[in-house]
Amino acid sequence: MPADARARRTWQPLAQMNAIHDLGGRAGYGRIEREAREPVFHAHWEGRVMGMVYSSLRAGWLNIDAFRHGIERMDPARYLAASYYERWLASLERALPEAGAFTPGAVPPAAGPYGFAREVGAPALFAVGSTVRVRARRPVGHTRLPGYASGKQGIVVSVRGGFVFPDTNAHGQGEQPQHLYSVRFSARELWGESAEPRTSVCIDLFEPYLDAEPAAGGARETRDGA
Amino acid sequence: MAHDRDHDDEHGHDHAHGPRDPEAARLALRAEALEALLVERGVVRRENIDAIVARYENEIGPLNGARVVARAWSDAGFKRRLLADARTAIAELALPTGDAATPIVVVENTPGVHNVVVCTLCSCYPSSLLGLPPRWYKSPPYRARVVREPRAVLREFGLALPETTELRVWDSSAELRYMVLPERPAGSEGSSEAELVALVSRDALIGVALAGPPR
Repeated sequence: MPADARARRTWQPLAQMNAIHDLGGRAGYGRIEREAREPVFHAHWEGRVMGMVYSSLRAGWLNIDAFRHGIERMDPARYLAASYYERWLASLERALPEAGAFTPGAVPPAAGPYGFAREVGAPALFAVGSTVRVRARRPVGHTRLPGYASGKQGIVVSVRGGFVFPDTNAHGQGEQPQHLYSVRFSARELWGESAEPRTSVCIDLFEPYLDAEPAAGGARETRDGA
Repeated sequence: MAHDRDHDDEHGHDHAHGPRDPEAARLALRAEALEALLVERGVVRRENIDAIVARYENEIGPLNGARVVARAWSDAGFKRRLLADARTAIAELALPTGDAATPIVVVENTPGVHNVVVCTLCSCYPSSLLGLPPRWYKSPPYRARVVREPRAVLREFGLALPETTELRVWDSSAELRYMVLPERPAGSEGSSEAELVALVSRDALIGVALAGPPR
């Protein structure tokens, strides 16, 4: 069975809580603890885990999106309690066997070209200055759309080119490259009256996360009509 | 550096992981078992892991970023190239960097604009240039709070921005990695490029501090 099919069979989308990792804007997390003279690693095993992750990615056993999805599927309470490299370890333990890495004789799933930048077949729908609205979109699988941006209106400040689409690449559905945009949102738009003044958040968002917002000008093409 | 030797268990976070802590021992065992299995299956090679660990412990670190900033402060042409295409400009300096699979974007602080970087979804950071991120950058409190109350967070870091300064938060939600180009400190006009390097901390490259004399 190909690794993609194995990954699809192993993951049961609605059987697990999701999005514990999607932390932007959540309240109640308390003070940020800083550490004086912090070492690169806090224990020997942390470095070994980091090296295993980098090696597995480079060799094509994992792609970055499948690896991140492995972290996101941790038990939510464990996710919050775990140290950073424990999360990485948990994902290796889950995602590598899904990719066939524990199976004798298996070969790495075909890795794509180096890096993440890719050509996209269609021209970009939006330009710098376009007003866009983030789709109300809450997939059960992997996505790089932060929940706090869902449904919000922003302005494209940079058109970044085509990139591998994480939402499909994490699930063995191919790279399906998409245009990527840096989109600026005012704090007021994101947080309402509790927003701090003269503040914005810029988020890197893939074209399928966005719709044109004709009321405020900018791009008026629709996805279907373009 | 072998840091299990000088490891300090009381460094201010809420789970113990010293050598006598059973949870830490279990994690170390899990990592060891996984590595043994992956080596046996030919998925990873121990020498490759050794090399990656050594490079990130000894060679790649925030000093790279400080050198980039000092050059940008000293050379307007370099600064233009850096803001237009950071990876290509940084390559001019021949720094010890890691895998360059992700583009780097440099965002510039100016008298009216301050930038700060986060990854709310995981821990994206320009590690290939600046080394691995500090633990606070990867922690749920920083990731949750800095998009919602960045001025309050910066005050906790000791940075009280004037209300007139525009604050731009960059959430690294895709495969672009952001680094802040801090403002050159007043009074550094006569400093050499080498002296300028010492004014740029890791925190200034993330945007939770300004450049200035080491504190």
